[in-house]
Amino acid sequence: MNRKVTILAIIAVLAVLLFVFILLNLSYASRPLTIGEVWDALTGEGTWANNIIVRNVNAPMVVIGIFVGAGLAVTGGVMQAVFRNPLASPYILGLSSGASLGAALSIVLSISFIPAAICQPLFAFVFCLLTMVLVYGISRSGGSSVRTETLVLAGVAISSLISAIVSLLTYIAPSDEMQDIVYWSMGSLSNVEWEEMAFVIPVVIVGCLIMMTQARNLNAMMLGDAHAMDLGVDVRRVRLYLLVVSSLVVAACVAFVGTIGFIGLVIPHIFRLILGPDNRLILPISFLGGSAFIIMCNYVGHVVAPSYGVLPIGVVTAIIGAPFFIYLLMSRKKEVGW
Amino acid sequence: MVTAPIETRDLCYEYNQRQILDRVSFSLHPGEILGILGPNGCGKTTLLKNLNKNLKPMKGCVLLEGNDLEGMHKKDIARHIASVPQTNEIRFAFTVREIVEMGRMPFQEALRGNSSEDERIVEEAMEQAGVSSMADRYINTMSGGERQRVIIARALAQSPEILLMDEPTLHLDINMQFEVLDLISSLARKRGLSVIIVSHDLPMVARYCDRMILIHDRKVFAEGAPEDILTPGNMRTVFNIDAEYGRDERGNPTVKLFGACRRP
Repeated sequence: MNRKVTILAIIAVLAVLLFVFILLNLSYASRPLTIGEVWDALTGEGTWANNIIVRNVNAPMVVIGIFVGAGLAVTGGVMQAVFRNPLASPYILGLSSGASLGAALSIVLSISFIPAAICQPLFAFVFCLLTMVLVYGISRSGGSSVRTETLVLAGVAISSLISAIVSLLTYIAPSDEMQDIVYWSMGSLSNVEWEEMAFVIPVVIVGCLIMMTQARNLNAMMLGDAHAMDLGVDVRRVRLYLLVVSSLVVAACVAFVGTIGFIGLVIPHIFRLILGPDNRLILPISFLGGSAFIIMCNYVGHVVAPSYGVLPIGVVTAIIGAPFFIYLLMSRKKEVGW
Repeated sequence: MVTAPIETRDLCYEYNQRQILDRVSFSLHPGEILGILGPNGCGKTTLLKNLNKNLKPMKGCVLLEGNDLEGMHKKDIARHIASVPQTNEIRFAFTVREIVEMGRMPFQEALRGNSSEDERIVEEAMEQAGVSSMADRYINTMSGGERQRVIIARALAQSPEILLMDEPTLHLDINMQFEVLDLISSLARKRGLSVIIVSHDLPMVARYCDRMILIHDRKVFAEGAPEDILTPGNMRTVFNIDAEYGRDERGNPTVKLFGACRRP
């Protein structure tokens, strides 16, 4: 009974946080708008300026944030379970470095016949997936079965290699392009168009639903591959399936907003610390938690640094999330086992 | 004739070009406890993993109630065969009940919760394995012996016809070794559970098994009732020990271990 109350309380808190910060984000302007003004702008009844700010600037930012935060948090939870590794994040297979390389290449090469707005996310998406294929291919060679340890190591190796190439590109790029690359890698929810979301949202929703159907299998896999196989889970197939689906979700998320860190690592941990390891619970709650957290960080990033415009969201997620996570880790360490 | 719950025919297995099992054929009889014995590294565990398709044989086949495992899904196999692997650490804070509930996985659709039937079976399994009182404790805080019993409870929750156990006495206190094996043999008697125990613990297996198989040099070396195959000569060849099968003062079968064989 007690546990049900905890779960409901967490869901309620997250829902309220999400709602409040959606409103705050929507009302963000040079002078904060009232709820009435936000409503008028959303329905197209507001002033010309308010309509543009709310509908074309703030609303897309909120929507993309919700789905990117959710997608990263759920894939993070899945990766930690698949790899039985607390350090696993959505980027464990080197996906963030792959996406960065794609973005950096598109910035440096600036292919003239494709508009930058399309080229950059496209490159990031494609390179992200290529990295996953490369890492998996390396892990597969020299043996028929793929061990999670090999995957992690191959991910680390490829990731360092690609990061070096990105650093090189950053180094040789002219200063304004260099700034673009650095800024991209810290993430931003701004400048995402509605059309782009038509791609991101379905991928995130379908991907997360698929991952959630595997929650029970993931629970068994957390005990160890042998246990899961004894319980009738086709571990190799389920793992490959989850790696492919999660990579697609991550690639879709980072393609438009850059590599936002921390959410995928820490959001699932936070809920696991409070609710225990059952993925049937952790994955859906991480969906909600990831979106609430990113929206909150986005707002803070706007409010804290008005004179510079916006703080990069990747910076805010870490600054807010890390201390809270450290507190949980120190106070509940024993119960998690990590 | 009754179909054997499990039968292997000329099962061969290789790992890294090294042959582990060479044309192993045997069958498990319904309701018996079959011990598979051999020294460490003789391929006992590999054999066990082939029996529920955790590994696939290179040649030969495994038949589950007459059906080749080759054409069966893991989930279908898990409805008939439960397994208690060598217990290793579980670092996640699942409760005992959550672990035992996982035993119902082979019978459940992906998104369905536990039915009242599932809950009844889980309670019964925890009762039988003696872990009901720890249902809400965390698995990662438990001792090796307690964890072993939780995994046995999970295996029972699979309501299997066949139970595979890999070195079930390995991490247990001596009293728990007897408790666990008493439990297994009463289940075999009462529920007709067919059990395969892989072990190198000669005295325990001699006491509890109806029949046994000695593995030596990748092959089945001897097969039969303990009193027939645990001859001093066989034990010398397979385990390189000086030992004698007999009965203790209370009439229970046992193996007296005198020591390692002196090499000539």
